[in-house]
Amino acid sequence: MDLGYVSIQLFNGLVNGAFYALLSLGLAIIFGVLRVVNFAHGAVYMLGAFAAYLLLQQFDIGFWPALVLAPIGVALLGVVVERLLLRRLYGLDPLYNFLLTFGLALFLQDAMRLRFGIQGQPYPTPDELSASVSLGPVSYPVYRLFVIAFSLLICVATWYLIERTRLGMVVRAATERAELTRALGIDVDRWVTAVFAIGIGLAALAGVLAAPMRNVAPLMGSELIILTFAVVVIGGLGSIVGAVTAGFLIGVLASLGAVFNPAFENVIVFALMAVVLLVRPAGLFSSREAA
Amino acid sequence: MKRVLALAMIAAVVTAACGAAAPTGGASASPAQVTLNDGKLVIGVINDQSLVYADLSGKNAVEAVKMAVEDFKAKYGENALGGPIEVITADHQNKPDLASSKAQEFYERNNADIILDVPTSSAALAIAKVANDEKKLYINITAATTDLTGVSCNKYTFHYAYDTYMLAAGTGKWVTENLGKQWYIIYPNYAFGQDMEKSFRGAVTKFGGTVVQSDGSPFPNTSGDFSNLLVKAGQLKPQILGVMQAGGDLVNVVKQYNQFKLGDQGIKLAIGLLFDTDITAIGQDQMAGVVYTTPWVWSMDDQSKAFADKFLKRTGIRPTFAHAGNYSAAWQYMEAIRRAGTDDADAVVKQLEGYKFNDFFIRNGNIRAEDHWVMHDALLAQVKPASEAKEKFDYSKVLGTIPAETASRPLADAGCKK
Repeated sequence: MDLGYVSIQLFNGLVNGAFYALLSLGLAIIFGVLRVVNFAHGAVYMLGAFAAYLLLQQFDIGFWPALVLAPIGVALLGVVVERLLLRRLYGLDPLYNFLLTFGLALFLQDAMRLRFGIQGQPYPTPDELSASVSLGPVSYPVYRLFVIAFSLLICVATWYLIERTRLGMVVRAATERAELTRALGIDVDRWVTAVFAIGIGLAALAGVLAAPMRNVAPLMGSELIILTFAVVVIGGLGSIVGAVTAGFLIGVLASLGAVFNPAFENVIVFALMAVVLLVRPAGLFSSREAA
Repeated sequence: MKRVLALAMIAAVVTAACGAAAPTGGASASPAQVTLNDGKLVIGVINDQSLVYADLSGKNAVEAVKMAVEDFKAKYGENALGGPIEVITADHQNKPDLASSKAQEFYERNNADIILDVPTSSAALAIAKVANDEKKLYINITAATTDLTGVSCNKYTFHYAYDTYMLAAGTGKWVTENLGKQWYIIYPNYAFGQDMEKSFRGAVTKFGGTVVQSDGSPFPNTSGDFSNLLVKAGQLKPQILGVMQAGGDLVNVVKQYNQFKLGDQGIKLAIGLLFDTDITAIGQDQMAGVVYTTPWVWSMDDQSKAFADKFLKRTGIRPTFAHAGNYSAAWQYMEAIRRAGTDDADAVVKQLEGYKFNDFFIRNGNIRAEDHWVMHDALLAQVKPASEAKEKFDYSKVLGTIPAETASRPLADAGCKK
């Protein structure tokens, strides 16, 4: 076993984990506040990547502005969806929102397929990050290191926002006792929309980060989202720390598994999910017991 | 300005030639007596119309077959085959079981006389079996596995445009002789990838190279990540990284290969199967210089360009070799019916076997009777930088021709027992 190879795989794992973390974080906060499992999350990730591509293609707006503009644009779309569609189903069986978001995912994917075809569009690595640095025996792309650092930063910021700020306090109060919070004169509905927008924005952000290193294609999200749901199950639905930790953990474990055999990469995730479901059905980091 | 004028001239000449050819051809064609079994000819096209191979063949391959039917009628008259010609189509979503049941439905319920296209090797093998059971024709165009003319060959199945042997005989030889002898091969771990690995390993070894190691990647690769294999390549330091992945997987591998800057470390890229649609997704300049094997390039000569122009007008894109191959196969099938005077499958098979022909797609074609491999010349092509492109889809230039004999697997190796 080559130690250099293993340590590099650690970094690759963190990069994959960064995507899982950003995506499952968005899923977790949306579920925490809205009690909606957003099945359109993979499609939103794809929209983020396409938004970056379109900004570059149509308006010559590069990676850095896109990192801000694309998530905001997609999040605004999320606001519209929440106001017009999701909102009407809160009182009903969760199954209805499941169907709605699942349908939305199919709709978005096919809409993009009609416009751009199935195969994908090019997106370059930003010049500032296109170099590589020496990590022991191999040189490693700076862009990948940036993905790790940047997504960690975003995860910490989101955690801070939810756990340590007044906005976060309102959000958490609204989650626990919506009626009581309303009685205190707080407009819960407004915050619900904001939280949904943040969750959507995180997925779109992951999409922008993915554009330089993944095929920007309509189905890019539908493939990744399956793994992300496994991560969410392992971390515990609605647990912010759980989502992020499980995201990075699984990225690393899967990549280390690939050292032994490339096929292990996918197997490990689902094996771990099965074990967690058996031993701690509510998820590794959930404080609640499974009903 | 000069270039625009020259292009306009070429366009004018080509359209004039086409316009002139059609009516005279129609007039001079002898009215062959054809009797169709059930009063009409039904051509079925089964392919991927929603997933990864939908762009490179898909709905536009169906359009290509329809174009062939229209052009055939224009040449030989509305009643060319003594009855109406229908084109029907289905989406198999790359699933062998779905492909097999659709094929059965086409042959039995829709009275399809032939099935064309069928990307995804496992789905193609499934349909070949149905064709044999039903005793109806199947001409494969977009699937690559050599098993169709090898262990799984049968009397009613033909393999038309390309196969893994052809790709390896072209790219494997050229790269080993010109770029480097030590290969590290990565391949998607299913029928197509395994066959590609086998064919390339054979070609590389034959021309004095060695395969240092080869690794399969999970298929489908849900995470879209190939960094573990690329890091491994960085450690093995082969001269050549042979990439056998196709479609979206290929795009991911090349994007990540560029990011890891393996090229700067002297590890050159060899790509097994490359479609124009892959070049669109990766970016022409990111692919510039890559040498690959293909049966056809739309800009290779005037008759190919003439087809590509018609195709562009109809679909909005330039044809991939799969699109052109579907047109050509449909055409040659209808020609065989004319020669046979019937659409009876056994009679048509007899007409196809040993038939030698040329058209805009097939050069020096010879349908090998023993295993039904359609022998023909292949091309060695190179992706050119965007600065040399004359238009958006002008991706490649032809470096040379690989003669049909060299591009075809020797009969002795095929292991076909019909």
